[in-house]
Amino acid sequence: MVTTTEITPKLQVKDLTIRYGSHTALSGVSLEVMPNEIFSIIGPANAGKTSFLKVLNRMDTFNSEMKYDGKIFFNGLDTRHLRNHYALRRRIGVVFPLPVGLPMTVYENVALSPRLRGINNKAELDVIVERCLQRAALWDEVKDRLDSLGSLLSGGQQQRLTIARALSQEPELLVLDEFSIAVDPVTTMRIEEVLKELKEEMTIILVTNLVQQARRLADRTAFFLNGECVEMGITEALFSGEAKDQRTIDYIEGRFG
Amino acid sequence: MNSEMFIESDLNRTNKRTQALYRTLFIIMTLLLILPVVIILGTLVYKGGGIISIDFLFTDPINGMTEGGIFPALVGTLWLVSVALLISVPLGVAAAIYLSEYAADNWFTRIINLAIINLAGVPSIVHALFGVGAFVIFFGFGTSILAASLTLAIMTLPVVIVSTRESLQSVPYAFREACWNMGATRWQTIRRVVLPNAVSGILTGIILEVSRTAGETAPIMFTGAAFFLPYLPQGVFDQTMALSLHLFVVATQVPNVPDALPYGVALVLIGLVLLMNSISIAFRMHLRGKKKW
Repeated sequence: MVTTTEITPKLQVKDLTIRYGSHTALSGVSLEVMPNEIFSIIGPANAGKTSFLKVLNRMDTFNSEMKYDGKIFFNGLDTRHLRNHYALRRRIGVVFPLPVGLPMTVYENVALSPRLRGINNKAELDVIVERCLQRAALWDEVKDRLDSLGSLLSGGQQQRLTIARALSQEPELLVLDEFSIAVDPVTTMRIEEVLKELKEEMTIILVTNLVQQARRLADRTAFFLNGECVEMGITEALFSGEAKDQRTIDYIEGRFG
Repeated sequence: MNSEMFIESDLNRTNKRTQALYRTLFIIMTLLLILPVVIILGTLVYKGGGIISIDFLFTDPINGMTEGGIFPALVGTLWLVSVALLISVPLGVAAAIYLSEYAADNWFTRIINLAIINLAGVPSIVHALFGVGAFVIFFGFGTSILAASLTLAIMTLPVVIVSTRESLQSVPYAFREACWNMGATRWQTIRRVVLPNAVSGILTGIILEVSRTAGETAPIMFTGAAFFLPYLPQGVFDQTMALSLHLFVVATQVPNVPDALPYGVALVLIGLVLLMNSISIAFRMHLRGKKKW
């Protein structure tokens, strides 16, 4: 009988170091992300945030320069020894800083991932597309123009389209890399509301350059600086003066970065 | 202070004059470039236009090729071009996809690229002799459409590869990354995102190849094109007449050819090429109208 009530972390990173050739982008980071939490990573440029995201779904296999040491467990399974990277990537939805609307219609953008999984039934796709667009708070705006090109949408709509696309993968982990860079404040707030709801169903890692965004959304926050994880803790604690490292305090209070 | 804006100094005047001079110079150069095209087309239409008729296109040459039409040559050129395309397009596009989407940047890839560039620089007569040695003799195809088309295909492969690779590369890398992040394989990404958006560029390369293939004479004259054949080819192992060689023959090898005949043949050849070019341009514009980013 298993009696333990301990929860397996959605993601467990142990002593992760990432190198591009001789350049070290991230060194010795260890952290855990629990199911259904919003975990945010804050830090200035060159902190290694994006590199960190890239190894999570093993995108390093597409970049021969990129090498990593350390261990990453997804649902308790070591991703280094995965045979099927594609299945891992399907479980991790990624949203980029600038919306990458694929050069196809709104409908096809969202239907692509199901199609890649082998779902070709039109009725089934219709349901998925509508559900994902609704959850990304975009359905009402595009329901009459599903057949127009995704790239014709406004920047904020395109970013919600990429979120809908990520959701169409039915991910367990949603990763957002500075999603609000190209988005107006109103849309940013709408997406933030969406994320709060999505949290009920999935785990979210939020990389952000807006310190206040992390404060608004994240259960826990890690501060990356120059390839190191300087500090990590309950978001509210970090922001209410319990940060231990002076660099964290300086960054949070806007003295640099 | 502002007043100087309203005064033209000597320096201004000199600058203006120099600028006008260079502008005129460049315009003259551009006009010089299109001059040969205009003269060639003009002469051909003027001297050969009269001979063009339905009969000319669709009857056999008679009386030692001094009279009659060019039907076997026209059909032969279509054969040669089609078979050459059937060989070079799949080969070239596949190679370009490999080089653009799969190959890592290492010494092996660099050697392949070097080989392609060098292949493009090989003179057509060398290709012709290679074709004789390899396809006519070694593979035993004899002088045939197959041997000639293979020679043409090899000659035009670099064009197809380079243009296809460039159009693949013009599809933004971010699209590929977005697709990979969704768990798509490289092939799924190529098939669903990269290829559909590179089609117009790939077509351009293929049409360029068609133009060149239709006009080449040297590579086919030893490998499969015949001086005179009063019947149409029945398959790829037959010899055939071809417009380009026919033009060479009636212009230089046959006595008592009426003046208009070679011009007429040249006009048909050029017309064929221009027709294909315009179809491709129209098709590309249609595709570009649907360009998605």
